[in-house]
Amino acid sequence: MKNSIAERIYDFIKRFPPFDLLKDEKLEQISKEVKIIYLEKGKIVFNVNEAYHDHFYMVRNGAIGLHRIKGDKNEMIDICDSGDIFGLRALLAQENYTLKASANEESIIYGIPINVFQQASENNKKINKYLITTFASNAFTPYTQEQSDEIFNDYIPNNNQDIQNLKTANYTKKPIICQEDATVKEAAILMSKHGISCIVIVNQKKHPIGIITNSDLKHKIATGKFSIENSVKNIMSHPVVACNKKITVAEAQLQMIKFNIGHLCVTKDGTYNTPLVGVLTRHDIVLSIGNNPSVLLKEIKRANRTKSLRNVRAKAHNLLKAYLDQNIPIRHICKIISELNDAITFRVIENAIKKMETPPPVEFSWLALGSQGRKEQLLYSDQDSALIFQDVPEDKYDETQAYFLKLAGHITKSLHKIGYEYCTAEMMASNPEWCMSYSNWKAQFENWIVNPDNKAILLSSIFFDFSRIYGNKTLVNNLTDSIFNSLEQSSHLLSLLAKDILQSPPPLGFFKQMVLEKNGKYEDFFNIKVRALMPLIDAARLLILTHKIKNINNTALRYEKLSELEPENKELYDSCSYAFKALLKFKTKQGIANNDSGKFINLETLNKEEKLKLKRCFKPIREIQDLLKYRFKIINLS
Amino acid sequence: MFKWLFKRKNYPDSYKTYLAGFKKDEKKLLSETRFVVFDTETTGFDKIEDRILSIGAISVLNNTINVSDSFEIYLKQDVFKSESVKIHGILKGGNLEKVSEKEAIEKFLDYIKNDVLVGHHVGFDMAMVDRMMRRNNLGKLKNLCLDTGVLFKMSKHLVYQENLKNYSLDDLCEELKIEKVDRHTATGDALITAIAFQKILARLNKNKNLKLKDLL
Repeated sequence: MKNSIAERIYDFIKRFPPFDLLKDEKLEQISKEVKIIYLEKGKIVFNVNEAYHDHFYMVRNGAIGLHRIKGDKNEMIDICDSGDIFGLRALLAQENYTLKASANEESIIYGIPINVFQQASENNKKINKYLITTFASNAFTPYTQEQSDEIFNDYIPNNNQDIQNLKTANYTKKPIICQEDATVKEAAILMSKHGISCIVIVNQKKHPIGIITNSDLKHKIATGKFSIENSVKNIMSHPVVACNKKITVAEAQLQMIKFNIGHLCVTKDGTYNTPLVGVLTRHDIVLSIGNNPSVLLKEIKRANRTKSLRNVRAKAHNLLKAYLDQNIPIRHICKIISELNDAITFRVIENAIKKMETPPPVEFSWLALGSQGRKEQLLYSDQDSALIFQDVPEDKYDETQAYFLKLAGHITKSLHKIGYEYCTAEMMASNPEWCMSYSNWKAQFENWIVNPDNKAILLSSIFFDFSRIYGNKTLVNNLTDSIFNSLEQSSHLLSLLAKDILQSPPPLGFFKQMVLEKNGKYEDFFNIKVRALMPLIDAARLLILTHKIKNINNTALRYEKLSELEPENKELYDSCSYAFKALLKFKTKQGIANNDSGKFINLETLNKEEKLKLKRCFKPIREIQDLLKYRFKIINLS
Repeated sequence: MFKWLFKRKNYPDSYKTYLAGFKKDEKKLLSETRFVVFDTETTGFDKIEDRILSIGAISVLNNTINVSDSFEIYLKQDVFKSESVKIHGILKGGNLEKVSEKEAIEKFLDYIKNDVLVGHHVGFDMAMVDRMMRRNNLGKLKNLCLDTGVLFKMSKHLVYQENLKNYSLDDLCEELKIEKVDRHTATGDALITAIAFQKILARLNKNKNLKLKDLL
């Protein structure tokens, strides 16, 4: 019987090793026995110490994270993308799995039965060799990491310097080069076009013969010693210091110190008599060691691929863990992590624009909404975004909107790949309802404010907390102004919002018990987001809107501003600000520990002190709700 | 009851075996339920005039599709409409191995058993299969049946549920980010539908307590 699905699987797997080494009829056999497995984000394929399965796996769509678990520490070692194989080593060694594999995003994987594969690959020397070399290179990492953990205990966050040093260095693979007959001017133009600090001069065989760096230009050209029409050969440093592709970080550093240089030429065999394959700069070294915000920011700015941005975001996540362990103030953490989040979104947008065939037809701005808009997004969370574009004549509207929808499609897809889930309510700029011209947005907000309905209330909590991430400032400022104008004319929405906030009861019931969830998977869990954080966030937004204060989105900052504006309520607002920060930290820690959003807290896992701490944060919620009740004259609700 | 017995025709053994499968009343968890996702290619949209040219089906059990447990069959038909060839690409002659309606339906019943059928706008496919069964003196399909078009609407956020749009399989691919491979072949569409089905279930199952009856 014809099996079209097997044929498609055949087409896919034959593109990747080791399947490309198999004969066609063997591949067909394998394809017919494959399992196609769908995984939601976070779903575990296999766990540490689990007995080996009958299948090994290949990623078809999405990405699978491989984690090493040590005690309660969960460290992501690698991410497998489309075409990568995992879970084979345990099968061949017939041991339990030593790593955990789970879906880093929604994924589809192929399960390939080991017995069919082994039959097909029997006596295939090439395959055996491939498998042996793959494992030899992989085996190294887990072993050294285990050792280092015993030397450095967890006081030093993620400080695996020794391993880092033994890692092979990541060099720049497509170096910018020029021929030996080029002029200095031509070389400098190339350097500035690509925004790089050095250019390698090669001969006709592509062997590196010299290098020009920024400092050569400074010392030899800017001083007037040579004119810019000179040949590059006159000012280049030579011979170059060459190295092998497999150079480790430590070796590279040594070479740089020894010759007092900042650039190594990577060549085919490690000497300068073979073609150039890359350049290794001091910057590359810093990147491979560094895990601090400024290095990460730099890395984001240079990232051309979504995959590299995903790696940076994963590093930022480690940074967050370290900060929390070190008890750094949550306000400071928020600032750094949201800087990084915003920079990632910014870079994603820049890269997405490059993917489009034409530049944007008119000015636009990209807004972050919800927690990212409030600069409170610490863990990976849902994407909430919107796009405003400049007004265009009516006959151009559809065309313009179609352009921005396509752009937004690229952007949300990349953000998803990086780890930000699609918003379930589709509040994303890739949805035509959230990708509109300035005038349409203005009309939309006016409508929400003047004729509020349930939808408006549902959405306002997200839409009044927007901040610009990319693009034109004036569009956003004008929109903010128009919103505040409309609010001045009608306060109907505000009182509805107040009512809505008071609908959710304070988190403590009778007998001072915490209010728990009553249905679903999280039965008897405490929902810290809905019960504790949202009431504080919503109240802050409402109060700041009544004071007509623009451009303060962060909840803690909003309360600080409020206590400045209403000194008579200073004590209450300060305690709200404090409670908010403490709760956010609580949620983030829970999220890291359980590898989820941290929304649901199992009270049984808390000790007495933590429970008391949590309860103490609830007092301001009740008080701020009383204040709203009084201020908006809302009665008979409780 | 009596009437039913009276009316009962003398069905072929294959259909009796199929019916017997429904007598057992077993309650299964969602993760233990075998879903058969299927699609048909037809000569057109007229339930009486038109004929099924091919049936493609795959089974989903606990989020896993076993390629070895897939179903793909092409049918010999006298009805032929050249205008539909450009959609499904099945020629009247062609070198595909083709079987009679009778043989196809026997194999299909044996494949689906008493499991839950899933399809996109599945009403049409069910009607086409039922018609074919009637032509071959069999009763109707007895399986529970889910429509990914309907399920997808259920999975949308409350804000959008008032929207009465009818989602095509292409719309689903677009919104759920599914690659369109082998679109408009029965098996290809069945696979796409199966992936859409699993993605929709994951969205509906955010609280981890989804049951089969919630889907019906």
